[in-house]
Amino acid sequence: MSGASAAVMADDAPVLDVRGLAVRLPPGAERAHAVREVSFAVRKGELVCLLGESGSGKSVIAQSVMGLLPRGLPAVAGEVRLEGENLLAARPERLRRLRGTRMSMVFQEPATALNPVMRCGAQIDELLACHTALPAAERRRRILEVLAQVRLPDPARMLASYPHQLSGGQRQRIMIAMALILEPALLVADEPTTALDVTTQAEILALIRLLQRDHGTAVLYITHDFGVAAEIADRVAVLRQGELIEQGSAEEVLSRPRHAYTRMLLAAVPSLVPPERAPLATREEVLSAHGLGKTYAGGTFLARGKEVVAARDIELSVHRGETVGIVGESGSGKSTVARCVARLIEASAGRLALDGASVPLAGSVAREFRRRVQIVFQDPYRSLNPRRTVGAAIVEGPMNFGVPRAKARLRAQALMGLVRLSPGALERYPHEFSGGQRQRLCIARALALEPHLLIADEAVSALDVSVQAQILELLADIQRRLRLALLFITHDLRVAAQICDRVVVMQHGRIVEQGPVGAIFRAPRHPYTRALLAAAPGRRFDFALPRPPPA
Amino acid sequence: MSAAAGIDSETAPAGAAPGIGRRLARNGAVRFGGAVLLVLLVLALAAPWLGTVDPTLFDPASRDLLPGRVGEVMTLDGNVLQHTFWMGSDGYGRDLYSRVLYGARVSLLVGATVALLALAFGTLAGLLAGYFRWLDGVLMRVMDGLMAVPNILLAVALVAMWKASLWTVIAAITVPEIPRVTRLVRSLVLGIREEPYVEAAVSVGTSRFAILTRHILPNCIAPLVVQGTYVCASAMLVEAILSFLGVGLPTDIPTWGNMMAEGRLEFTQYPQNVFFPGVFLALTVFAVNILGDGLRDTLDPRFGKRGER
Amino acid sequence: MRAFVLRRLLATIPVLLVVAVLVFLVTRLTPGDPAAIIAGNSANFEQIAHIRAALGLDRPLAVQFGSWLWDVLHGDLGRSFYFKLTVAQLIGQRLGPTVALSLCTIVVSVLLAVPLGVLAAWRHGGWLDRALMGFSVLGFSVPVFVLGYVLIYVVALKLRWLPVQGYVPLADGLVPFVRHLILPSVTLSVTYIALIARVTRATVAEALGEDYVRTARAKGLPEARVLIRHALANAAVPIVTVIGIGIALLVGGVVVTESVFSIPGLGRLTVDAVLARDFPTIQGVILCFSVIYVLINLLVDLSYALFDPRIRY
Repeated sequence: MSGASAAVMADDAPVLDVRGLAVRLPPGAERAHAVREVSFAVRKGELVCLLGESGSGKSVIAQSVMGLLPRGLPAVAGEVRLEGENLLAARPERLRRLRGTRMSMVFQEPATALNPVMRCGAQIDELLACHTALPAAERRRRILEVLAQVRLPDPARMLASYPHQLSGGQRQRIMIAMALILEPALLVADEPTTALDVTTQAEILALIRLLQRDHGTAVLYITHDFGVAAEIADRVAVLRQGELIEQGSAEEVLSRPRHAYTRMLLAAVPSLVPPERAPLATREEVLSAHGLGKTYAGGTFLARGKEVVAARDIELSVHRGETVGIVGESGSGKSTVARCVARLIEASAGRLALDGASVPLAGSVAREFRRRVQIVFQDPYRSLNPRRTVGAAIVEGPMNFGVPRAKARLRAQALMGLVRLSPGALERYPHEFSGGQRQRLCIARALALEPHLLIADEAVSALDVSVQAQILELLADIQRRLRLALLFITHDLRVAAQICDRVVVMQHGRIVEQGPVGAIFRAPRHPYTRALLAAAPGRRFDFALPRPPPA
Repeated sequence: MSAAAGIDSETAPAGAAPGIGRRLARNGAVRFGGAVLLVLLVLALAAPWLGTVDPTLFDPASRDLLPGRVGEVMTLDGNVLQHTFWMGSDGYGRDLYSRVLYGARVSLLVGATVALLALAFGTLAGLLAGYFRWLDGVLMRVMDGLMAVPNILLAVALVAMWKASLWTVIAAITVPEIPRVTRLVRSLVLGIREEPYVEAAVSVGTSRFAILTRHILPNCIAPLVVQGTYVCASAMLVEAILSFLGVGLPTDIPTWGNMMAEGRLEFTQYPQNVFFPGVFLALTVFAVNILGDGLRDTLDPRFGKRGER
Repeated sequence: MRAFVLRRLLATIPVLLVVAVLVFLVTRLTPGDPAAIIAGNSANFEQIAHIRAALGLDRPLAVQFGSWLWDVLHGDLGRSFYFKLTVAQLIGQRLGPTVALSLCTIVVSVLLAVPLGVLAAWRHGGWLDRALMGFSVLGFSVPVFVLGYVLIYVVALKLRWLPVQGYVPLADGLVPFVRHLILPSVTLSVTYIALIARVTRATVAEALGEDYVRTARAKGLPEARVLIRHALANAAVPIVTVIGIGIALLVGGVVVTESVFSIPGLGRLTVDAVLARDFPTIQGVILCFSVIYVLINLLVDLSYALFDPRIRY
């Protein structure tokens, strides 16, 4: 039930009207304001994307609209008008009644956004029970109806399920159902598909567009992904460090950006069209894997669980100077394969050979193997021991192999130069570096042992797009200079298109297709590969060579 | 495709977490608890110079004096002194003030020693259980069994079995505290083992032993320090209870627990025997607990780990 | 689910075994000869040897353990040296007051502590939170017997509202039963309430920072519902865990409280037995307390299935 709105709304007045919003940060933060002078509007039936990298303040804006700002972040200036009413001036009780009924929100992590100890049906039901006076039977009917609208199979079973029994995509659909059941005027979506697989993401994006058209909801969509914006936005607003740099229709901003920052960001988004790759100079095989497989025996004492086949029949080879990418969604087994190859876990089957010499799959790992195969991990914030200096982390490897400390330090300094960091920073601790810098440090650590094979396990997935572009370029540069074999694990097709020579596509633990990158991207044969490519958001939009999307 | 420009000279992002020393100094709980403990430590160490007499001296003429009264004290060589009994005297004519101050030494000693021993043994056991899977099962069953016996009872039984002396009491209090520390360290080790930086250390060829000492142990220190304070507080209380039940330190050593145990008989008429040592004990344990809380709030590993966002 | 229950049940067996070994060893680790101690100072060599044989103390340790365990499983805990009864009879006599005191304490403590903790978590960082937590640390720090004596002094002696000490069984009347239990219960509760309130506050405060609470607020739910149905419901598992583990603390407190208030329960029995070096009774009582503790924690473990559906399915 919406309360009486003080202002009279003209028919084309915006549903959400933000003017001059400023939110202050607590003292000691990197800047004074989380957001400043932010003004934009969302009209009925319109989808506005707020685009920005991490730290740009886009989530803060979403929280300001919903009145969910934490205590340390006060909104100090401006207006946020929902259907004419200024939310910043509203009392908490009024805001509470507006939430869920006139404005609602969908969050990023479906795994944690639902109460794990309450059935899904009950979680939607409490929304209705608190805001309406409908009897139980009527509420149940409405819930089943909305679950069908979000295309959930078997709505009655979904009602009775607990969140942990559902997949990420299903949970997100339930979140969307909860958000739309009372037909709010505004839906705020904070990176709702970032944590989902690309195929699931495509489905959810399509669902949001569909529902929006059916209900006429105004949608404020927060994201860092330009592809997503290209896919669904009507209008786009670009944020940097809390300031609105540029806004306009999606076509204007994405194909004819005016501001240099927007242009830089767009240029950093990798294209889905792979560039021409020079053929390999030699065919020296560094890594070869035949029939590699990993099966986890399930169950514990007393409870016989099923076994999980994480990977099976993997045929892989990487040559010197070549970049092979393993592409797949979550659960495809690509990380398992990477860790089997790196001997961080023991494969259950198959043969592995490094530089032509056979490598045992189990048992203790030969030291020479460790030297020649190095790995860079995904999370830059957990890849370095917080209690040791970065210099200590880099020299640890060489010193393990008997290199004297002084020589190892010299090598570390040279490597810092190679990864384009100041050699004097070796004495610092990891928390003094940004995410992108930490990832470079991890690359330096990996290179310290002069490996033949470098494995990058989703090494750029946690980085902002501009930083990602730098790291990818760095990796390509290093590979050229050192003639490394590079095994690149990623779920992001654009990244794979940009740097890989050959691509291996995995699904459910098996390889479904592999081949040169050009062939895979231009003429995919396997239906799954085709589905993956079709699901890539903004695929009709090639950011490097901006073209307007078809009408 | 924009090229990464030149050498990335900017290293420290704004808002890096301030040094640990400063954070500790700013925390109110650490300041309060630390200050009280420091005062008590000074009082305990400086006891001989703070207007006390030998705590074992007794004088039947000065029995059961109320606080503030002046009475006589007979020294070992037969001299008689006039002495102000600030906290009164007990049933034997011993000065409570002196006994309280000297008793502080014992309590602080017992608390600190038990904490250090429990941390040492518990950490060793926890590291072994966490890192070597084959040891885990056996070790944890033993620890579970130890924890199943309520700690007072175990301590009581142990002291009753061995002769009661300072070291047997310390040992008896330490044994029940070890399982909790072991569990803590084990869960820390299990968690840290999963961190990517440990995997990275494995992949650069670091030996198991080096991983334990270089990567795992340093990241355990903060929670261990916090746990140590709680163990210290608990140990002081247990020592008092043991004395109260008659199985504590021998009565010739003045401890707060002993004093309260002896004083319970005359409690209704002369409450000062139980009151003064009780207040001091409560204050000391309170200060240690508050210090532990403050340490936990500042040393929490989640703080300052994620530098961004 | 059945597998879960079965696994938990089976997991208690090794623990109970370790407890049995521990209890058995503790009394066998006495310096000196138990037979000589029992026989007394004036006994001669033959009498001591006779006693040793009669008690089976001349057999190998493992055999002694085996036969002791066998007896225990049949309910035979031996005969007290000091009291003229079997240990089982002794325990049977003294169980009532201890159970009454403990149950009373647990119920009152949980009913008070959990709401206090939730309140403190809700007003996290505010003066109420700090005051509550300050009091709880204080409650944690004051030795149980000191608190007991202070209460006796103030309430029983000066104000004369309640009896000083003693115990009246329920059969002899509800009002005297309650009147005699109030002071001991309060004394014992303080520590328990402090512990539970602290943990409740910590876990509820943590739950309040979780994503699902943010979702609940975004749905416009009333704050009370968010606190209870979302935050507290998810904090239930650690809170119940602490209630179980806190029982160990409670046992220590029971021993002391029964001493202070002269309640003829198991705690007093322990103290008397220790002072009299009555080994069979000491063994019996420690075994009794430990087994109860293990069973209570088993119940706590099983209750997880109630609170957390991820364990059920």
